Amino acid sequence: MWEKRPIIFLILATLVILIGTTVTVVIPFLSVNTAADKIDSVIPYTALQQEGRDIYIREGCNNCHTQTVRPLVTEVLRYGEYSKSGEFVYDRPFLWGSKRTGPDLARLGGKYPDSWHYKHMDSPRAMVPGSNMPDYAWLKNNSLDPQLIERKMQVLGFPTTPAELSDLKGKSDMDAIVAYLQKLGSDIPWRKTVKTEIVGELVNPYANVDHEELEKFEALYLNNCAACHGRYHEGDIGPQLVGANYSENELFSIIYNGVPAGGMPSFASLGSDKVWQLTNFVKYYVSAEDHP
Amino acid sequence: MQNQQYNTDIVKSFVHWSLLWGLVAVLVGVMASIQMTNPEFNLPPYLTFGRLRPVHTNAGLYGWGVGMIFATFFYMVQRLCKIRLWSDKLATFQLYLFNATIIAAAVTLLMGFTSSKEYHELEWPLDVMIVVLWVAFAINIIMTIMQRKEEQMYISLWYMLASIVGVAILYLVDSAAVPVTLFKSYSAYAGTNDANVHWWFGHNAVAMAFTAPPLAMFYYFLPKSTGVPIYSHRLSIIAFWSLIFMYLWTGAHHLLWTPVPDWIQTLAMAFSVMLIAPSWGSVINGYLSMKGQWHQMRENYLVKFLILGITFYGLQTLQGPMQAVRSFSAFIHYTDWVPAHIHMGTMGWVSMISFAGIYYLVPRLYGRQIYSVQLANLHFWLVLIGQLIWSFSLWIAGVMQAGMWTAMNPDGSLTYTFMETMVEMYPFWWARTIGGVIFLAGVLVFIINLFKSFRNGEAVVLSGATAEGRA
Repeated sequence: MWEKRPIIFLILATLVILIGTTVTVVIPFLSVNTAADKIDSVIPYTALQQEGRDIYIREGCNNCHTQTVRPLVTEVLRYGEYSKSGEFVYDRPFLWGSKRTGPDLARLGGKYPDSWHYKHMDSPRAMVPGSNMPDYAWLKNNSLDPQLIERKMQVLGFPTTPAELSDLKGKSDMDAIVAYLQKLGSDIPWRKTVKTEIVGELVNPYANVDHEELEKFEALYLNNCAACHGRYHEGDIGPQLVGANYSENELFSIIYNGVPAGGMPSFASLGSDKVWQLTNFVKYYVSAEDHP
Repeated sequence: MQNQQYNTDIVKSFVHWSLLWGLVAVLVGVMASIQMTNPEFNLPPYLTFGRLRPVHTNAGLYGWGVGMIFATFFYMVQRLCKIRLWSDKLATFQLYLFNATIIAAAVTLLMGFTSSKEYHELEWPLDVMIVVLWVAFAINIIMTIMQRKEEQMYISLWYMLASIVGVAILYLVDSAAVPVTLFKSYSAYAGTNDANVHWWFGHNAVAMAFTAPPLAMFYYFLPKSTGVPIYSHRLSIIAFWSLIFMYLWTGAHHLLWTPVPDWIQTLAMAFSVMLIAPSWGSVINGYLSMKGQWHQMRENYLVKFLILGITFYGLQTLQGPMQAVRSFSAFIHYTDWVPAHIHMGTMGWVSMISFAGIYYLVPRLYGRQIYSVQLANLHFWLVLIGQLIWSFSLWIAGVMQAGMWTAMNPDGSLTYTFMETMVEMYPFWWARTIGGVIFLAGVLVFIINLFKSFRNGEAVVLSGATAEGRA
């Protein structure tokens, strides 16, 4: 019957299509982004952050970076606390992405100091050897348009102040995108809650290894530390390490836990063995006078 | 000749333009793929990977894929209804608007005007153009069917109608946004809701634009090419209705383990696995229609494209549900495995069937035999091998990367940093570029062969075997 009546066929096909649509797409609106999944500490973007977000969209960063941490062991270890629905209520559009050519960015906010981001956006490979991210140094040349941003904030219904808007003058696309990256995932105080307690006595498994042995740890240092502390420990974004007077145990816990207030990330996910290698390399290799 | 009653010019025009956009898609794809291994090939601001990749996908999906839908639907609907297209003028308008939209799409995407939503990046003025385009297309197809002279609607017409309704619903709902300027808007939905709506669109665009239409083509061109009818009409009915019912539940399998409510994810997973049945209903129907005709795989290059195409459809619809299972998704999602999966569908299934459609049309629209069957065979092997190198290299890369991402030391720490896993991808990305270049060579051979056919092909005398009356 329907094979001979196109109108009836169209109505039937539409109904069939709408069943699954109603259940999986319409009904969720009753529970998602309501009081049920609300998180009080999550706040809207500032004018600068929102503009940074729009630049992130314009440059298609979402083609290579995701913004959702899944509740899986290795994922939480690598990126931080898993993502919650209530954290995204101000995201129009969502930017969860589908491919991690680069790492997930959902918990990037506060991981590095601003200066790290400026240098990294300028020249990714200078900070992360082997990266295939394009250079975005040219973002510094584009200045922001405060009027347009004001209109955007109105459309989104986000609060803003005249002072905040006049601050935008003289700022560039680069300032905006860094401000946005620093807000990512930081509305909930997850860094405080995941800080690892070091329990028991610390025992340096590489105590008294010779110079040759220490040299083997250099690659680890170059990949994880050199971007901020310099090729020869001379310091740059981070403090210089030559002559720094830390005990082995102090160094170990700084590297293991990071210094969140100072902008140094935690390297706990490397595991204590590699953190000990770094500890010994930093403490004893510099004094070996191999490098100027 | 009976042909004269049909509008064939519009079909030819759509074929020509979709071929051009298809070539652009492959070229841009190769370029983007080189940028993955050599970041110095990013030329800011317009030609960076982040802006080029949507040009690649949009040119492929909308320029080549949808262009071929327009071409083949206009061809099939006239034959299956035994009547000329309802409105030539509307169809011509659609052709101009289609090309204007694709050009505007490429320009605006390179300018950085994007909604960021995967496979629906175009900003709102282009959304409006696309809605007009689709309405024009829908009216023409539906009106032609209403006035048909053949009472029974053949299987291909069901898939065509479902595709028209489905794409309309999906596109409208997913486009909802509030404009700020001419080229900037904010989604009407926020966060988790936006994600859920968008992947409902994303997955079902694959169903309604890149599954139903190629199936419409397959059900038409296979029996036309072999001269043997489809094996089971009943099976095609069951497969059709269950396919369009089940597909709509599965969008959230793109969002497994995200903050989208668990029950939606579970439904999506269950329906994705169930979808194997209707998908394979069509695959098996295709295979059984070859009963006693398998020798045509050797003798008829057209059949080779169609059967390999439906085979990749079968593999795609097994691999897809596998990825939709939570445990496997936890492992493989976000790795290079995913683009490998997509490209088996686009290069292996949709493109193979579309190539076959064009080969079928050459003698019937241009009155010329194909210039060289050898070149057609070369085309077949190049696109097949290119696609296999492309997909296999990234499948291996994806499994390797997933293994490294999830590897843990005995003390509970991660074995590899992110960069240690990323640098391992470079050789596979190189292999992918090589696969892409081989595929590109295949497409060029195809276009040269077509061009030669139009110019120098042997004239066709339409005999009973190619008579147009048989639906």
